[in-house]
Order: sequence, then structure tokens, then C-alpha cells
Amino acid sequence: MKDVAFGQYYPARSFVHRMDPRFKIVLSIAYIVAVFLVREFHFLGFAAAFAFIVIATAVSRVPFFKVLKSVKGILFFVIFSSVLQVLFNREGTVLAEWWVIVITDVGLLRAAFITLRIMLVVMGTAILTLTTTPVEIADGLESLLTPLKWIKFPVHEFALIMSIALRFIPTLMDETERIINAQKARGADFESGNLFKRIRALIPILIPLLVSSFRRADELGDAMDARCYSGAKGRTKYKKMRPTYRDFIALALMAGLIAGIVLLNGVLGVPV
Amino acid sequence: MSFIEAKEVYYRYPQAEKDALCGVDLTVEKGEYVAVIGHNGSGKSTLARLLNGLLQPTKGEIFVDGISAADKKTLFELRKRVGVVFQNPDNQLVASIVEDDVAFGPENIGVPRKEIGERIDFALSAVGMQEYRKSMASRLSGGQKQRVAIAGVLAIRPEVLILDESTAMLDPRGRREVTDVVKKLNRENGMTVLAVTHYMDEVCEADRVLVLSDGKIVMSGTPAEIFSREEELEKYELDVPVPARIAAMLRAGGMEIGRIYTKEELGDELCRLLPKI
Repeated sequence: MKDVAFGQYYPARSFVHRMDPRFKIVLSIAYIVAVFLVREFHFLGFAAAFAFIVIATAVSRVPFFKVLKSVKGILFFVIFSSVLQVLFNREGTVLAEWWVIVITDVGLLRAAFITLRIMLVVMGTAILTLTTTPVEIADGLESLLTPLKWIKFPVHEFALIMSIALRFIPTLMDETERIINAQKARGADFESGNLFKRIRALIPILIPLLVSSFRRADELGDAMDARCYSGAKGRTKYKKMRPTYRDFIALALMAGLIAGIVLLNGVLGVPV
Repeated sequence: MSFIEAKEVYYRYPQAEKDALCGVDLTVEKGEYVAVIGHNGSGKSTLARLLNGLLQPTKGEIFVDGISAADKKTLFELRKRVGVVFQNPDNQLVASIVEDDVAFGPENIGVPRKEIGERIDFALSAVGMQEYRKSMASRLSGGQKQRVAIAGVLAIRPEVLILDESTAMLDPRGRREVTDVVKKLNRENGMTVLAVTHYMDEVCEADRVLVLSDGKIVMSGTPAEIFSREEELEKYELDVPVPARIAAMLRAGGMEIGRIYTKEELGDELCRLLPKI
């Protein structure tokens, strides 16, 4: 149960795992941009993006099925949107027609295109979460958001809140389990009844959890005070992120991918 | 002036009808190990919180290393010298990874990056947790978490370590781990320790025991002295450790057994007396 909290992080010491989290975050965003740059129906661009994922997965030593599995979560969304495309898109030549439903070639192509685009984006970001611990992501975000200090955005507080939230997920999960068991022992029933009944059954879990969270927050505040916490001012930082050759290789690869996609868009001006 | 000096300290919680502490006088010398015991609501935790400046006395003064704990301006300096380990191991760790948590204190007081690394090494080895440096705090046992909490305090290099019922939520093994670490810190590193507890067996490790009742210090002395005043302790709803009680009963039965308060001593005494029976 505790492992759920740490997302899908796959522990290993690989090329990708040892990259600077800031680079990984920026490159993930660049990757999403790259996938969206692919012009409609240029499936070759998707092939390039997919090749990038395969390479990244190979050097990250994460089993490939883990990356594929990440798509599972959005499967319903993908199917739903492609079915809508197939059924209701009326552009292009009509392939089949029945009642209000018109299936066209463009509809089919577009469904495939959207499905692939979403899957590629999800798989790409999965590599980030599979190879980077939430703590590293929080640290990376803090560093990336530093320029926002100029507009008085409380970057340090924001990062601290994030890392404390992450730190307390396993603790609260344990507590939830304990409360559920305690309520079950008192005869609570969480499994039967309709949706409303089940949601109402959750109230006796949520209230104790909420109350105890406040108590925890109070105690944590005292503990932080006692350890001389007084905000960002005068504070040093132990962990320092430093980009290595790995990050620049990855950056070059990403630049190559984006250049390739842009070139493909230009060369193959017309849809395949 | 003693290292810790409290004079006529009163404290009343907001909206409370009664003082939590009424006129406490306390002196602790450097390197001393003092245990504070008392039943629930006796004011022992309040005392611990006053010494670290989490609360300010309503009346009276407290000085630690010459710094007033009643003055909010010197709070930061005070807290650098007074480390507190609290009761719940889950609610005092700030970071998910052990070394990040230990780094939190030194980061707060602005220690340079390189020195923080050294302090983490020192603090984790002092509590015997070096090999868990990169571990996830949530996977540790209660005793281990509490040792990490002690390391987090030690990394600030305080002069005095206050344990505010730090073993109350641990199983017997975790309690042993924590008390052993604290004892070692006191004996080997000369750390001044003030341990608030209600476990009598932990009290035995102390140089001096203070008994609090209704916000007043009612008894004070070495563990042996305190435990020999069994009736008085009972009056304050406190138990005498089992070995001391056995010794008292044997004494009442006519055996010439000395003042005893640990299992080991009881064993030794009985072995010594056995041939005479």
C-alpha cells in the first residue's frame, strides 16, 4: 500500500535516472511540444517520437511494458474520443453510412492520429515519473520556478509544501487503513449499497482523518520551529542539482527530434 | 550561573483556569542527565516546551546558556542550543528521505553546503543510522524514525537535548534503541539531556530525577533516592520499577538487600545473597 504513494517510480541507477531532474522536466515538456508539432496525418513524425521513447526507455533500464502500462489509465478517454471521431466526423469520402452514423476516411485517420498523439504524450511523461522520485521532481520544480521570486511568488514555501505533502502521503495512507479497519471492526459496511450509500459510508473515515491531519500539522509545525525553521531567509540548501554530460546528450537528442519533426512537416507538405 | 536556570516559572495556557506550571525552580549543569517524571497533566511537557521557547512563561525567567527563553527576540539563538525530540515519530520528520530530513536543521541555520554533509555523517553515526542515509523515512520502524529525529536535532549541534516523551509511542525494542542512543550521547559526547518520560526504567539512567505534580517540582534526587520513597511516589500516581519493588518486598521479609532499581542489580544482589539463605 505504501508504494502506491510513490507513484510509479522504478528504482534503478541508469543514464536517465541520474539526469538532472530539471532537465528531465524541461525535456518532458519539450517532448509534448514535439508531439503536438507533428502535422496532421504525418505518421512518420509519430514514428520518430516513438523511436525517441524506445531509446529513452532502453537507456533508463525500465522494462518497456511499464511504459506501455502508463497508457492504461487514459484508455477509456482515448477510446471514447476516437469513437466520437469515427462516428461523427463527416469530412472526406464516405466509407459507410447507417442512420445518423457516417464513417469517413478522414474520420478514421483522425481517430488514429489523436489516439497515437495522446498515447505518445502519456508514454513520454511516464518516463519522467518512472525515473524521477517525487522529491526530485519537487526539487526540480523549485529550482525551475526560482525566477518567479521576482514577481513575489513564494517559491520556497511552495516547494516546502509540496515536499511535506509528499512526505505525508504514506503516513496518511497507513492511517486511512487503520481507520477503515477500526470502523469495520465496529460493523461499518463499505462494500454494499448504491453509490450514494457508499459515498456516505466514507464520511466516518474522512472526518477522523481530517481531524488527525490538523493535529499532525500542529505537531509538525512545532517540530519545525524547534529545529530553527524561520522561512527562506538565511537558509542554505544541502542538495544541489548539477547538470552532467548526460543532460546535454539528452538535450541534443531532443533538439534532433524536434528538428526532424519540423523537417518532416516541411518536406511532406501534403498529408500522407 | 548554571547551564539551564529557571526561576519561579509560571505558565498558564490561554483559556485555562489553572496554572500548568506554578513556581518551578530548576537548575541543570552541563553534561547532566536529568529525568522529569509525573502523571498526565503534571506540567512536564509544558516545562519542555518552555525551555525551547515554543511557549513563553507567564511569569518568571528561564535562561539557557545565558540566553533568556522568555524573550522572543533571542528565540533563534535559543533553539540552536536546545534541541527537542517530540513524542510522535511520524509528525516530526519533514522530508521523505532520511538525509534530507537530517539536513533540514542545518539548512535552517544557514550552514554551508559542504559542512551539512559532514554534520549528516556525524549525526547519523551518533544514532547508528548511517546505512539508512538514503532510505525512505516512511519505511523505517518507530524506533528508527525516532533515532532519525534525534539525528535531525543533533545536526544543529545543540548543547542540550530535550526528549519530550520521545519513547511513549514506541514498542519496547524501539524504546531500548532510543534510550541507548541517548545514554551514549550523554556518556560519550557529554550531551546535556533532559528527558521527560513516564517510563520508570528510563529514569534509572538519569543522574537526577525530578518529580512534577500539579505544576510543581515535588521530589528531586538520584534515582535510588527517589525510588526508595515508594509511598510518596504512589501519592503522585507513579510506579516504582518492578525490580525496586521486589527488593522492597524482600527487605520487608527480612532480607538484607540493598537499594536496587534495575534488573541487573537485582540479579547481582540475589546471586550474592543466595549462598546465605
